[in-house]
Amino acid sequence: MKLIEKFKKTFFTENPVTGLLLGLCPTLAVTSSAENGIGMGLATTFVLVGSNLVISILKNVIPNRVRIPAFIVVIATFVTIVDMGLQATMFDLHKTLGLFIPLIVVNCIILGRAEAFASKNGVWDSLIDGIANGLGFTFALFILGSIREILGSGAILGFKFWPEEYRTILVFVLAPGAFLTLGFMLVGMNKISKALQGGK
Amino acid sequence: MEDKLEARLLLMDSSPSGRVVESTRRIMYTVSLTLLPAMAISVWVFGWEAVRVLVLAAVFCIGLEALIARFVSYKIDFLDGSALLTGILLAMNLPANAPWWMILIGSLVAIIIGKQVFGGLGQNIFNPALVARVFLLISFPVEMTAWPKPFAGVDAATGATPLGILKTEGVGALAKTNLADLAIGSMGGSLGEISAIALLIGAAYMIYKRYITWEVPILFIGTVFVFSGIFWVIDPTQYADPMFHILSGGVFLGAFYMATDMVTSPLTFKGRLFFGFGCGLFTIIIRMFGSYPEGVSFAILLMNAMVPLLDKYFPDKKFGMVQNG
Repeated sequence: MKLIEKFKKTFFTENPVTGLLLGLCPTLAVTSSAENGIGMGLATTFVLVGSNLVISILKNVIPNRVRIPAFIVVIATFVTIVDMGLQATMFDLHKTLGLFIPLIVVNCIILGRAEAFASKNGVWDSLIDGIANGLGFTFALFILGSIREILGSGAILGFKFWPEEYRTILVFVLAPGAFLTLGFMLVGMNKISKALQGGK
Repeated sequence: MEDKLEARLLLMDSSPSGRVVESTRRIMYTVSLTLLPAMAISVWVFGWEAVRVLVLAAVFCIGLEALIARFVSYKIDFLDGSALLTGILLAMNLPANAPWWMILIGSLVAIIIGKQVFGGLGQNIFNPALVARVFLLISFPVEMTAWPKPFAGVDAATGATPLGILKTEGVGALAKTNLADLAIGSMGGSLGEISAIALLIGAAYMIYKRYITWEVPILFIGTVFVFSGIFWVIDPTQYADPMFHILSGGVFLGAFYMATDMVTSPLTFKGRLFFGFGCGLFTIIIRMFGSYPEGVSFAILLMNAMVPLLDKYFPDKKFGMVQNG
């Protein structure tokens, strides 16, 4: 029961992207298609779960004064794993996400969860927290990527449903479209969050 | 309700305050009427297609605003003329052969993204019609750069604007265009940008009625003239002459009808001077060095974003106040 509440929170009311507005740089930059959104989201989830796990194990060993550098070293380790792993297994996705994979290391969601949660809670809770936040982030990126892909290239997950001879609204796969879509998405997500909170 | 009223009172400038008989409604409809000469020219040059674009854009904009009025908590007077004016200005920025869905998307963007998300009339940062134009230009580059040739009828061939020709083929290809054609409006382009003279007639009435002030348009056009003149003097074989630059493209439409929009231009005299200068400068920079042939819409939007800063850094001297420090 508590688990469901937790996921409800990280998907809607306290979703890293639409609720807390964290990690907007990769959110805006890589979501030109749903596939990129999922890829970025899962890569971040992996790092988040790994870093939460390790930091919660090491929380009593890490001196308080140097905790941020220590967190960053842990996070950077997992980012390097993701970077090399993706390069070896999914080269195309790695090429599209490009620079934003190494940049996961400075994603404020990850450092935020490490600082606010993993360094104060047990291993099991931190693991759940990592998964919940990572999937919430992935969910937001997937929605954003889907909207932009549908409007901008007339396709869902790479499958083109819009006839080639008709136009699509190109601006949605470009940078301004990311901002516009995110703005309208925030409106929708806030409505949903309010409804969820009201229902409680 | 009372809080709101108080907040509005606090925004007022210091005395002396004047009383005006003008209402928003009246100003909006008058401005729309001053566009009649330009509309007439566009119909004369492009035929019934121009009427179609104008009517569709106006109907879509008013209709969408009426639709939105049902869903928002604040009051929207969709017949106050502002939606009509936005529609006409949007049509003025479109080619005469614009398909209906493009006009619909443009109206959606102008009314919703350009205006209502900020809270309706008077709250928008950017000129709604220009937001729509830039949105369409980025989204549908093919449709927005294939301009019908003047006096060629419905199924006519399309071509580039004089500025487009300048961009792709260089200044040599412009030898055939003469300035009188540009001034009257016999050239390829969007509905409203073709005739400088018709726009001047409407603008003169607006200045006479004090709906707009001279600073922004004069500084805007003057800056474009001076900077393009400098380049032309340095190398006439590579750069077009300044008269060509101010008469072609959207400089007149932008300077008189877009940049002077009451909501999105600075409140103070110095601010307006700077605003007009900035519009002209960015226009020339984009035309000369950018990848787009025309920079008026981007320039005005850029300066729109700076309006709050300009209002802050160039405040009016309050009556009776002494400058200290």
